[in-house]
Amino acid sequence: MIFSTSMLASWLANTDRLISLKPADLLIIVLYFIMVLGIGFYLKKFANTSDDFFMAGRDMSAWVAGLSFLSANLGALELMGWAAAAYQYGILATHFYWIAAFPSMVFLGLVMMPFYYISNTHSVPGYLQLRYGEATRALSGISFAFMTVLMSGINMYAMALVMKVVLGWNIHFSIWVSSLTVAIYVTLGGLYSAIFNEVLQFFLIWFGALTIPVIGMIEAGGWSGLVAKIHERVQGDYVHLWSPLGTFSGNPMGVHWTGILFGLGGVIAFGYWTTDFLVVQRAMAAKDLRSAKMAPIIASYFKMIVPLIVILPGLLALAVLPFKLVPESAVGPGLHSYNEVLPLMLARYCGPGLLGLGVTALIAGFMSGMAGNVSAFATVWTYDIYQPYIHKRGTDKHYLLVGRWCTILGVIASIGTAYLVTHFKSIMDYMQALVSFFIAPLFATVILGMLWKRATAKGGFWGLLAGTVSSVAMYTVVVLNPAALRYIALSPDAKPMAENLYRALWSWIICVLVTVVVSLFTQAKTESQLKGLVYGFTNIPSDGNLPFYKRPIFWGGGVAVVFGVLQYIFW
Amino acid sequence: MENKLKDELKDIPVHHEHHEMLPVWFFIGVLLLVYGVIILYVGISEYSHPAPVVLAKYHASVWGGIFLVIIGGFYTLRFWPRARRR
Repeated sequence: MIFSTSMLASWLANTDRLISLKPADLLIIVLYFIMVLGIGFYLKKFANTSDDFFMAGRDMSAWVAGLSFLSANLGALELMGWAAAAYQYGILATHFYWIAAFPSMVFLGLVMMPFYYISNTHSVPGYLQLRYGEATRALSGISFAFMTVLMSGINMYAMALVMKVVLGWNIHFSIWVSSLTVAIYVTLGGLYSAIFNEVLQFFLIWFGALTIPVIGMIEAGGWSGLVAKIHERVQGDYVHLWSPLGTFSGNPMGVHWTGILFGLGGVIAFGYWTTDFLVVQRAMAAKDLRSAKMAPIIASYFKMIVPLIVILPGLLALAVLPFKLVPESAVGPGLHSYNEVLPLMLARYCGPGLLGLGVTALIAGFMSGMAGNVSAFATVWTYDIYQPYIHKRGTDKHYLLVGRWCTILGVIASIGTAYLVTHFKSIMDYMQALVSFFIAPLFATVILGMLWKRATAKGGFWGLLAGTVSSVAMYTVVVLNPAALRYIALSPDAKPMAENLYRALWSWIICVLVTVVVSLFTQAKTESQLKGLVYGFTNIPSDGNLPFYKRPIFWGGGVAVVFGVLQYIFW
Repeated sequence: MENKLKDELKDIPVHHEHHEMLPVWFFIGVLLLVYGVIILYVGISEYSHPAPVVLAKYHASVWGGIFLVIIGGFYTLRFWPRARRR
């Protein structure tokens, strides 16, 4: 095995690379691929029905569903993009973990999950069909399918880029090997396979990346040493969460606290965690309602400690790297981009073996993001596009087969997208733009549908359409005329990150307004039609019979306390 | 103790009509154990001449390998298929 991996290393690598892998590192990477494929082959025998394939038999424990829920989100952007963002913006990047984890993930568990679960739907577009009708389902299903393929392509591109920069591997080789692996294991075992591998990947990501903060903090001299070193090397406040947010110009991100609180915490986080089927699908696969409610709450605890392996490495790089990193557009000979922060820090601290584990952690992160998108795409395509509009009366075996083919189709489309992404300057901006296009208005549609009985089918459809179109329009206007940013972000000092936050906020508000106005002028559904779908007409089982430590609300309260303490410490 | 163990196990494995599925924790344990052995072996074999990384004197590979062997070994034994059938 060592000999063959050495041969593979010499074949794949060239001299233009950041890290040289030793046989032990390559052995670790090869074993990872063998394990994920092995899990796929093992689980194939359990994916016999469409419910097994798309919903993992609705059999997962709260812990498995919860870790998978988070791991599906630990893709390329989480690992590479946010480490880069921490280098650029400092600890402000942590807002995307903390205010994004609370209150939105807890709200999903305590308030929204009962509606998803009790309505017995297979997907978020499926819920919209029950609540608003076919038109809204079609709009949301198609936009979601489009978004997942794009996001999957981003993951693939990011992974190939890392492999190229870090290891000198051919970018096409990386794209095809990783995507074929994901295609094989998801096609074989469906959501079972995706969830099992996501939980495995969760552990690998943690153990692979943990060396950086541990050794890095020793080198920096603890937190106080880290802060002192950052102050020596850069101007501006890189180590406080809220105090620099009083003005757009007072912080490196160029945002205002209203954008973080309302745009990020209020709309983007709620939109992503409560309506993006990629993650919601994992919670819906839980074995009972309590487990489904607990899954996002368990995930929120882990979400709040992810900055240890993502944000802290970015801050450490700012403090200890002997050279400065530059934007992607300014990279030249001898220069490294922000996006290379994590691999650079791995190379700095990890010797053979640990380095292989660290690189495996990156690959695992990229593959879990890709697999999450592909499995969600297959579900939405089969249940919300193919079944209602193309082939209504198929057998269960037929839809199972379609799901398997959709997985392959999703991977092929993602590969195409990966090549498309190479033309975009910033992966991060691209991702944020996509979120505000689709997710922010979708959150308005879903939450109004769940909590407001007067919302009508026409209101839901036109609100969602208006929110999505307005978001795309705002993005286009700023691309054509960058000076227009001041009107969207409400300040001439605003930077692109602020635009993303405020664009999401505006598109959400537009969606709410249009939905409300149209609903008031159109025919509402009857009470019997709203049963099991809307607050007030749904019998939600009480957790009151459980001991307090088993109640989701108790653990949700714990998240609030942890969140509050962290904000206080780093204010 | 045994009852507590049974309760925990009841919550973790996934039951199916025809088969009982191995829990995901078992796969995690096996992979981490194997990784731990590899990394520990590399760490020990390079102990006297560690790779030129920052703070190499702390021998992170040795400590990391031991940590992974302990975690991986625990999960492997705890969720070993024969133990679960008893």
